[in-house]
Amino acid sequence: MNLVETFQMAVQNILSSKMRTFLTMLGIIIGVCAVIVIVGLGNGMQGYIEDSFADMGTDSLTVTIAGRGSSRTVSEEEMYQLVEDNSETFKQISPTVTMSGSVKIGSDSLTATSVTGVSEDYFNMKGYEIAQGRGLQYTDMTGRKKVCVVGQYLNQYYYGGAAVGQTLKVGGTTFTIVGVMAAEASELEEGGTDDCVFVPYSTAARLSFTGTVSSYTITVQDTDQIAEAKTTLESALYAIFEDDDAYTVGSMAEMVEEMNSMVNMIIYILAGIAAISLVVGGIGIMNIMLVSVTERTREIGIRKALGARESAIMRQFVIEAATTSSLGGVLGIALGFGLSAAATVVIANVMPDTPITVSPSIAAVLIAFDVSAGIGIAFGYLPAKKAAVLNPIDALRYD
Amino acid sequence: MSSLIEFREVCKYYQMGDTTVKAADRISFQIQKGEFVAIVGQSGSGKSTCMNIIGCLDVPTSGTYLLDGQDVDQMDKNQLAAIRNKMLGFIFQQYNLLPKLTLQENVEVPLMYAGVPKPERHERSRIALEMVGLGDKLKHKPMQLSGGQQQRVSIARALAGDPAVILADEPTGALDSHTGREVLTMLQQLHAAGNTVVLITHDNSIAVQAQRIIRLEDGHVIYDGDASAPEAVVTPNLAGRGAAG
Repeated sequence: MNLVETFQMAVQNILSSKMRTFLTMLGIIIGVCAVIVIVGLGNGMQGYIEDSFADMGTDSLTVTIAGRGSSRTVSEEEMYQLVEDNSETFKQISPTVTMSGSVKIGSDSLTATSVTGVSEDYFNMKGYEIAQGRGLQYTDMTGRKKVCVVGQYLNQYYYGGAAVGQTLKVGGTTFTIVGVMAAEASELEEGGTDDCVFVPYSTAARLSFTGTVSSYTITVQDTDQIAEAKTTLESALYAIFEDDDAYTVGSMAEMVEEMNSMVNMIIYILAGIAAISLVVGGIGIMNIMLVSVTERTREIGIRKALGARESAIMRQFVIEAATTSSLGGVLGIALGFGLSAAATVVIANVMPDTPITVSPSIAAVLIAFDVSAGIGIAFGYLPAKKAAVLNPIDALRYD
Repeated sequence: MSSLIEFREVCKYYQMGDTTVKAADRISFQIQKGEFVAIVGQSGSGKSTCMNIIGCLDVPTSGTYLLDGQDVDQMDKNQLAAIRNKMLGFIFQQYNLLPKLTLQENVEVPLMYAGVPKPERHERSRIALEMVGLGDKLKHKPMQLSGGQQQRVSIARALAGDPAVILADEPTGALDSHTGREVLTMLQQLHAAGNTVVLITHDNSIAVQAQRIIRLEDGHVIYDGDASAPEAVVTPNLAGRGAAG
């Protein structure tokens, strides 16, 4: 008797008691479905994180200088020099000075608007386009000019699209708008990417409390080399400060990675909990198979009397258990896909700002199927063994 | 030429608590190819033990059982399964058909375990069922049939594998006298066609339909001879008393 025939026999037996088979499979169905939806949710969250961070530039490193005491610090010139010395790794550098004062346009006070002091290269580094007027220039830096470039949001909503030449106030200092950035985000919203003001970093540094530049954005030549670039930067800074608490170097890519690994960890834990249901389902299968062996003692006796070897009986019951749980796995996968699609729609409606697409991965599907088949084999083994070693004489007499 | 079935001092002991039950005690006999033998005895006489050993469902505690010259009592479970499959055709009192399978599938079970390919299996099972007069019910389930018809299916199943010995255990036990006679006639026809038939029964009126009777009591053979001889059907205790008196 070959495997195909044993399989056909198993299917025949499973079909002859549909209700029982379905209830037996339920544990596996729920387990597989839960694992697939959870892993799909994880994929969706990762995709969402990556999408949201992609436009923030994964090719840049952020350096924050805390300094060491009051004596030792690093000047902008030193930082520029550092980038120039390692030009095969680094592309461009711009100091970034975040200003805390609120923005006033006429009588309107804007609290959500970000005001950042940057160099003339910053726009190029970030891939920002200038839509109107001009960008910041080198002479703006050296002259500490009170000029600024505003985002499209401010241009549209506060200046009616004609911001160039107008003025705004940041913490009481008046700036003249010399340029308008092209829209970055798909939607112009308060507090978004386009709700921003960029001023020369030298101006910003002077207006700020400390008067020094304490953070920099540095772009790298090759996104894949970002880890090496980070190391290069760190060792250079260590050479200056001889203290690794004096500075921090962060990369957007690293942050994405960290968040991904965090999401992954949560997903693994949740999937693990869901997988417990698979084990419970397996035990359910074992239980029913044990009942089935008892019920079919006579059948086993007949088969053995007619010449079935122990291995043939064994195979029959193991394959039956494996077929039951694999079928449960397939149904669970189908249900998982259905629920994932439903969840995507629900999430899009409930949280329109964070459109997470729940996308089950092929790997998760394959693993779920293999695991469910494996569970059938593992938990079918004991009942099958019990069936195989039945004494045919006793089994034939069994009623 | 050696016998088809040979029992040499076959013993089967069971341990029941402190006492040893001698279900078979130094039983010896030979059955030749083409014979129709009835093994008769009351319950507890050892006939079921003999049938289990002949059917290779059990092995003797001591002694030798040769089936077609092969020493069976030294075989392992898999070899016994193979012997049952190829050498023996079972007919049971309770028919023992598999209720979920069709008649044809039932008849194919031993062929399946013998590894006969599907088309040949279909052909042989069809022929066997036609032989017992059920060629028009191949796709029926056993429950749709009368007891006599079910027993005919089990005869077809026993025949399909073309075994050396047809072993019938109380084949008429669950049937009324009319259908019982039909089944017996069928066994006689099988014998007439050259098959070796071993019939196990407690019923003298059934046993006399055979050619030869082996009568068992308390694990011993007390008569082995022609089925038509008067001693064959006499209860030995009474015969013994009669001789003494």
